[in-house]
Amino acid sequence: MAQDTGRSSPSAAVELDADVLVLGGGPAGAWAAVAAARAGATVVLADKGFCGTSGATAPSGTSVWYVPPDETRRRAAIESRRALGGHLADDRWSRRVLDATFDGMNELAERGYPFPRDEETGSSIRVSLQGPEYMRLMRKLAKSAGVRILDHSPALELLVGPDGAAAGARGVRRQKGDDWTVRAGAVVIATGGCAFLSRALGTNVLTGDGHLMAAEIGAEFSGMEFSNAYGLSPAFSSVTKSAFYKWATFTDEAGDAIPGAASQGGRSVIARALEKGPVFGRLDKADESIRRAMRASQPNFFLPFDRRGLDPFNDRFAITLRLEGTVRGTGGLRIVDDSCATTVPGLYAAGDAATRELICGGFTGGGSHNAAWAISSGRWAGAGAAEFSRGRARAGDLQAAGGAALADGGGAAFDPAAAIHAVQAQTFSFQTNYFRHPDRLTLALERLDEQWRTMRRGVPASREDVVRAREAAAMTAVARWMYRSGLARDETRGMHRREDRPGTDESLRRHLFTSGLDEVQTRFGGALAQTEEVAA
Amino acid sequence: MIELVSEERCTGCNICVAICPTNVFDAVPASIPTIARQSDCQTCFMCEAYCPEDALYVAPDADETVAVDEPRLVARDLLGSYRSALGWTKTGRPRALSDAMHKLVKSF
Repeated sequence: MAQDTGRSSPSAAVELDADVLVLGGGPAGAWAAVAAARAGATVVLADKGFCGTSGATAPSGTSVWYVPPDETRRRAAIESRRALGGHLADDRWSRRVLDATFDGMNELAERGYPFPRDEETGSSIRVSLQGPEYMRLMRKLAKSAGVRILDHSPALELLVGPDGAAAGARGVRRQKGDDWTVRAGAVVIATGGCAFLSRALGTNVLTGDGHLMAAEIGAEFSGMEFSNAYGLSPAFSSVTKSAFYKWATFTDEAGDAIPGAASQGGRSVIARALEKGPVFGRLDKADESIRRAMRASQPNFFLPFDRRGLDPFNDRFAITLRLEGTVRGTGGLRIVDDSCATTVPGLYAAGDAATRELICGGFTGGGSHNAAWAISSGRWAGAGAAEFSRGRARAGDLQAAGGAALADGGGAAFDPAAAIHAVQAQTFSFQTNYFRHPDRLTLALERLDEQWRTMRRGVPASREDVVRAREAAAMTAVARWMYRSGLARDETRGMHRREDRPGTDESLRRHLFTSGLDEVQTRFGGALAQTEEVAA
Repeated sequence: MIELVSEERCTGCNICVAICPTNVFDAVPASIPTIARQSDCQTCFMCEAYCPEDALYVAPDADETVAVDEPRLVARDLLGSYRSALGWTKTGRPRALSDAMHKLVKSF
């Protein structure tokens, strides 16, 4: 891989031309691909794993922010999260998302998703989705819309046209051992958030790859300080389902209840307790009807317990907090218009890869907004990309834009596994990430910056490791944006907690933008518009 | 993590190779797939859901490997238990039809 930066796009085993290339095959990517195809575009969707099982949604179940178009209910839905999100959400975007989600869920019903029915009225209930069923259907819808799906095809870098606009990508087909190149009129980044290989359920494909590729062609991020979400799971297990711990009692090793510990509003107490020793949970506050509903709704939640021979309602089990990073945090690629365009022409973003601040501000309590955002932003980004592609001349040489871990700068080869371990040490740590302090953030940044410089100069020792090496580079880049933003937001707001600044500073009720790789820049956007509530 | 590809049950259809999102399995010509990259397993249980023969077992332990004993797993009815819970068997009823999240969401 000894190539210079600014390389011409190389030839590959699979070479395709498309109007729209979608990177990522979770819900946002699948909705984007379907929307682009329906707008008349030829579409290729490349997924690192398998479109249908990849991402945080497929193996889990999620509630969905589905609110019928009733003004009182919609206003209540918007208001309910306003303070939690640190007053950074935008009412107009929230209304758009409620409309698009309502529409999208109804479409799923028409396409055969088996929604449950109300036992008394018989009416269809559309407030949640079972991941395996949902994503199996989304793959089917994408295929029937004519989308060409490339599975097990991680993208390594974007291609840019002479005009600087996104114009495709190249990557590897890891089960074939060869390369792919797609030249496209526009690109949708739907590669998910970044959870740093924490093994939180379904997140290990979510390593910030799209963030890195987008940054390499100049894209800007927003809200990267809102990146320290941690999910509750049994200590031995991957199954993060924090919502169900609403019914848990948390105890210490001696069996004494931990004061203030709770899934909602007391998760930081759990983190503090975990720093001192093991913490145990037992879902003993769930009554019989709740227990039945839990088992009916989330079979995956019970798998770890059933297989271990544990009864989560009666037995105490050790719990842990797994980092969910920007998967459940709200930072991501900055969105500049209603079509989910980013700051780079031809580059669109959807789902967790895009900032979710527009509807959540600086905090996401549960999965319902994430699911709604994936449906809505996916549809808009797909349609927007199709539109951009239609008006675009396709000529000129394309340049491959990837740098770190791809372009040999003459430095020493590095070991991706060691690099990943080093980033995890800086991001899993409650002391650095959960409870932030400028001294600790600065120390972490010194280490991450040094690691970044190594990756800019060197490539992995083995070409086999190139995907892992790019993941390591992406995680390093994301961590640097997180902590530079965390330093810049000199207050506590949303999920971003600064120990030295426990209060909120009204002058910082703004979005915080981040960009750059070798040098990271941060800047605050303009003051946010008054909310409808205040304006009314 | 994935711990078992049952030699007795597996027909070598390689669906697991195709659908595993973290590319844990390798197809083997004229044989059954191998667990080639166990440490990449994210314990998402999707392979079990898609295995038509209930030949796979994902232990609940996400961070370390554990020994499993196939006859014991069969005796405990664990092989195929997730697919069955999803209603993804031939005679199954989709789990989504009995989704009761709306009863829990109100409580969130």
